Amino acid sequence: MSRFLFPKWSNLLLPTIIAAALTIPLYAVFFVAYGLSPKTLEVGYQPKQPVPFSHALHAGELGMDCRYCHTSVEKAAHASVPPTQTCMNCHTQIRPQSPKLEPVRESYETGLPVEWTRIHKLPDFAYFDHSAHVNRGIGCVSCHGRIDTMEVVYQKSPLSMGWCLECHRNPEINLRPTSEITNLGFDSATDLTAEDREALKKKYHISPSEDCSTCHR
Amino acid sequence: MSTLSQDHSLGRMSDNTIDRPGERAPLVLNMDKFSEVTATVCRVNEADKAPFAWYVAFAAALGLLSVLGACIGYLILTGVGVWGLNNPVMWAYDITNFVFWVGIGHAGTLISAILFLFRQKWRTGINRFAEAMTIFAVICAGTFPGIHVGRVWFAYWLFPIPNQMEMWPQFRSPLLWDVFAVSTYFTVSLLFWYTGMVPDLATLRDRAKGKIQQMGYGLFSLGWRGSNRHWHRYERAYLILAALSTPLVLSVHSVVSFDFATSQLPGWHTTIFPPYFVAGAIFSGFAMVVTLAVPARELFGLKDLITLRHLDNMNKVILVTGCMVGYAYSMEFFIAWYSGAMYEKFAFINRAFGQYWWAYWIMVSCNVITPQLFWFKKIRTSIPLMFVLSIFVNVGMWFERFVIIVTSLANDFLPSSWDMFTPTWVDIGTMVGAFGLFFTLFLLFCRYLPMIAMAEVKAVMPQADPHGAGAGKHGHHGHGHAHSHDGHGH
Repeated sequence: MSRFLFPKWSNLLLPTIIAAALTIPLYAVFFVAYGLSPKTLEVGYQPKQPVPFSHALHAGELGMDCRYCHTSVEKAAHASVPPTQTCMNCHTQIRPQSPKLEPVRESYETGLPVEWTRIHKLPDFAYFDHSAHVNRGIGCVSCHGRIDTMEVVYQKSPLSMGWCLECHRNPEINLRPTSEITNLGFDSATDLTAEDREALKKKYHISPSEDCSTCHR
Repeated sequence: MSTLSQDHSLGRMSDNTIDRPGERAPLVLNMDKFSEVTATVCRVNEADKAPFAWYVAFAAALGLLSVLGACIGYLILTGVGVWGLNNPVMWAYDITNFVFWVGIGHAGTLISAILFLFRQKWRTGINRFAEAMTIFAVICAGTFPGIHVGRVWFAYWLFPIPNQMEMWPQFRSPLLWDVFAVSTYFTVSLLFWYTGMVPDLATLRDRAKGKIQQMGYGLFSLGWRGSNRHWHRYERAYLILAALSTPLVLSVHSVVSFDFATSQLPGWHTTIFPPYFVAGAIFSGFAMVVTLAVPARELFGLKDLITLRHLDNMNKVILVTGCMVGYAYSMEFFIAWYSGAMYEKFAFINRAFGQYWWAYWIMVSCNVITPQLFWFKKIRTSIPLMFVLSIFVNVGMWFERFVIIVTSLANDFLPSSWDMFTPTWVDIGTMVGAFGLFFTLFLLFCRYLPMIAMAEVKAVMPQADPHGAGAGKHGHHGHGHAHSHDGHGH
C-alpha cells in the first residue's frame, strides 16, 4: 500500500464533521423542546374509566352544570371528583338497573369509592388553585376543552410550564364573565370584544405573577 | 558542523540569557539545521517507548483521575450535600476550582495570541504546549459549573435551549455570560491550537513508520504538503485567529470576575475585579507553564528549544503580573478604607485577621512575596528555584480564589448568619482529582502530538533569515515568519 497522505475519500470527512456538528445539537434542541414536552407526551391521554360515564351525555345533552358534581371548584384548589352519592342522587330513579352502572351500585352498597383514573396530573412541585382561576374569569373550557362533547374524557392541554406561562403572560384572551365560567360553548375570543376583555381584566384585577414562587412554593 | 556535534561537551551552549548589544540572543541552541529541530521534537512522539518517568507520571495522573471520577459519581448519586458548602457559604471549592482552572488557561492564549501579534519570537518555543495547557485547563474548569448545579442531569439548563417550560437562563446574570465567555474561549483556543499544529502534524505524518500513525496524523494534517499556497492560507488563518483570541485574553476572566463584582456582597462588589482577575489569571497561567515546562524539557530532551531564556522571560512575566496582583490586593484595602463603607472595611479586615487569616496570609506570601524573588537573575535562571516558586504561585492563586469566595460569603452583613466553611473529603478529592484530569490529558498530548511548534521555531532561527543566514548582523526583517523554509521534504 502506498503512503497515506490525504486520499480522496478523506476530503469527505470535513463536510461530514461540519454537518454532524450542526445537526446533532439541532437534533438535541429539537428533542428537548419537542420530544420531552408534555405536548408530545401527555396531550390526548384518554384512559379507560371503571364506569363508562359520558360527559357528552351529562354535561352536553342534559346540560348539567359542571359544579353539580365538581362541587369545590369555586372554593378550593381541587375541583374534586364527586362521591358515589352524587351519582345516586339521580340514578336511584333513572335507569337504576342499567348494567353500565353496576360498579356505581356496588360502590354505593359497599361504601368503597369508585376508582376513577386521574387524567389531569400536575407534579407535586407545581401549585395550582382552581378557585383562584374560576372566580376571576377563567372558564373550565380554557384548560379542559369541550368536555361536553367528550364521550370519554381526554387531556386537551399539555399542562406544561410553558403552556401555563403563555396565559399568565397574556391572560386577556381567555377572560370571560364569571357568569359564563361553566358555559363550555362560550368563546371569549369571538363572543367578547377586545374592550370587553380589557374591562374584565380591570374588573377582576388580573395581573398574573410569573415569579418562580407563584407555582413552585 | 562536524566539529560542533563532536564537541558537545565543550562547546555546548546552555545559557542564552545574556544580552549582547547588536546581537540577538539565540532562541534555539546547538542546532544549525532545521532537520535537527524536527528530529529533536519528533523523537518524543516517535520513540517506541516513552521515558520511564512518563509512565510513572501517567499512572499517577490516571490514579488521580479515577479519584475525580469516584468523587463526581458519589456526588451525583448522593447530591451536593456531600460537599461542605452550605448556607451562608454556598460557593466554595467548586467555584474556587473553576476560577483557578480558567485562570490557568490564560497564559496559553496570551502566549499564542498577544505575544504573536507583538512579534515576540521567543513564544514559538513554548506556545504549543501552553495552548494545550489552556485547553486542558478549560476542560477542568468546565467540569465544575457542570457538577455544582446539584442535579447534573439538568446542567444543559445553563444554555439557552428552547424548551416546554418556556424558561430561559437569566440573561442579565453574569453566570450566563460566563457560559458564553468560557465556551467561546474554549472553541477559539481549540481552533487556534489545531490550526497551528497542522504543518507539524504533516511532518509527523511524513516521518511516520506505521500505517495507523500515518492515517491518524494524515487525516488531521488535512492534506498539508507545504506548498506556497498552503503557507499563505495558513498564515492568514493564524493571524485572524490570533486577532480573535486577543480580546478573549482580557474578556474571559473579566466576565468570570463579574460573577462576583456584580453582586453586592462586601469583598465581591469591587470595580477593580476585572483587571485584577486578568492579571491574576496570567500570573497563575505563566506559573503553570513554568511548572510544566521545567520537567518536560528535562524529560523529553528539549532543553535546546525551551531554553533558559524562555524560562527567564516567563519568570519576568510572572514578576510583572505578580506585582499587579500585589497592587490589586493593596488597592482593595485602600478602597475599603477610603470608601468609608463599614461593611467593606470589615470584609477586608476580616479577610486578613478573621477566621480565615491563614488562607489570606498563604495567598499574600505566595503571590506577593514569591514573585519579588524574580528580580534577581540568579533566581530567574535557576531551574530548581523557579520550579519551586512557580508551584508556590499556583498554590497562592488557588488560595486567592478561595479567600475571595469563602471569606466574603462566610461573614456578610448580618452577624447572625455568619458561619465557617469546612471542606469534606469529597471536596478535597474533587480538587485533587481535577489535577489528574489535567495531567492525564497533558501527558497524552506530550506523547502523541508535537510538543513544540517546529515550523515556527525554525522560522525564528537565524538560518531562516534570507538576508543573512546565521550572522544576525542585519537583525530580523519585518516578517516574523519566514516560512519559506520549513521542515517538509527533508
